[in-house]
Amino acid sequence: MKPAPFDYRSPASVDETLPLLGPDSTVLAGGQSLVPLLNLRLARPELVVDVNGISELDYIRSDDGPLRIGAMTRQVTLERSELVRPRWPLLHDAIVFVGHPQIRSRGTVGGSVAHADPAAELPAALVALDARIHLRSAGGARSVAAGDFFRGALYTAREPHELLVELEVPEQPEDARSGFAEHARTHGDFATAGAAVVVAPGGHAAIALFGAGPVPARANAAERALAEGADPREAAALAAEGIDGEHRRALCAELVRRAIEEATE
Amino acid sequence: MRISVDINGRAYEGEVEPRTLLSDFIRHGAGLTGTKVGCEQGVCGACTVQLDGEAVRSCLMLAVQANGRALTTVEGLAADDELHPLQRAFHEAHALQCGFCTPGFLMSIEAFLREHPDAGDDELREALAGNLCRCTGYLGIIEAVERAAREMRGANVQRD
Repeated sequence: MKPAPFDYRSPASVDETLPLLGPDSTVLAGGQSLVPLLNLRLARPELVVDVNGISELDYIRSDDGPLRIGAMTRQVTLERSELVRPRWPLLHDAIVFVGHPQIRSRGTVGGSVAHADPAAELPAALVALDARIHLRSAGGARSVAAGDFFRGALYTAREPHELLVELEVPEQPEDARSGFAEHARTHGDFATAGAAVVVAPGGHAAIALFGAGPVPARANAAERALAEGADPREAAALAAEGIDGEHRRALCAELVRRAIEEATE
Repeated sequence: MRISVDINGRAYEGEVEPRTLLSDFIRHGAGLTGTKVGCEQGVCGACTVQLDGEAVRSCLMLAVQANGRALTTVEGLAADDELHPLQRAFHEAHALQCGFCTPGFLMSIEAFLREHPDAGDDELREALAGNLCRCTGYLGIIEAVERAAREMRGANVQRD
């Protein structure tokens, strides 16, 4: 099918974009999730605000310590980044599971986060890494912890008049290691479920599950157990406790175990 | 809206609505019907073209977003009358039956092999996962891509 008619604007800066945002407008970033919805007419916005011309939102840097990724950075740019891979390997390991190369060439990091698909890899990695999501509106700016940003399936803390502008990922603890595992029926398909894990000496453990519920979520009890010396299988069983469905529960436990072992081997 | 898009080195101009998909502009505006439209939701890969050298789904872009950009479609793959090594390998290894998915496969894999000339079999299979074929069962396609990859690396393509 073809999209229903809409008005179209393509501002060149964030400042030009903000006044255009509201309940009747939709932000078009990489388009890899929005355009299918437009084509199927599941989304019928009055105004599409195309932010692909905003070059000021296309950057990856860590001048002041934390990693800062502009919302319009293509997924493939993150995948190829020589800055990201050695210091935040979890982001690289997660992004290569996002769709196919033909998707990552257009898809953006901000788009993945704002779309908030429960099966998406990047949101889970950001939750495991204690990232912050930066938003701007005509009224000002704010940031939200990744763990509080995802509110439900395809539903986030972003208000309609706000633009997601940056992902901020803190420096990880000394000697941190990470692991990432997911299950999908075909490489590049939406994952059934997956797990992102960060561990570091001194009792740091972060475990985030995706595809297990409406939002990517930390497994707090399993993190505590792992920090206190539980083996991967015990911690994984704790992480999967309470997940609906026998199959999904078993799958999540196995994926968490693999991700922990990758991070601790 | 008036747009001008460089496709295979030639400028194509046209008047499009904001909602016109790039895939439709390529086929109807530029008249280049090698690019196929399958699912129109980014799943099948039949509409894959290259935007500034990167493989993209043309059904997931608006035509206006390609204004001033350079595209390559399957029509731009062969040099004059000489088939691209991938095209020749698809022909020789029976990597197509109806041919509807072929342009998408070619444009995806050409971009992939340029970035990963030494990709192993598993990587090639993963790279093919973004395109669907309902005729061949994929084995001919895998064979063709492996053959072309060897040839493009300069290895001997003759098989004993």
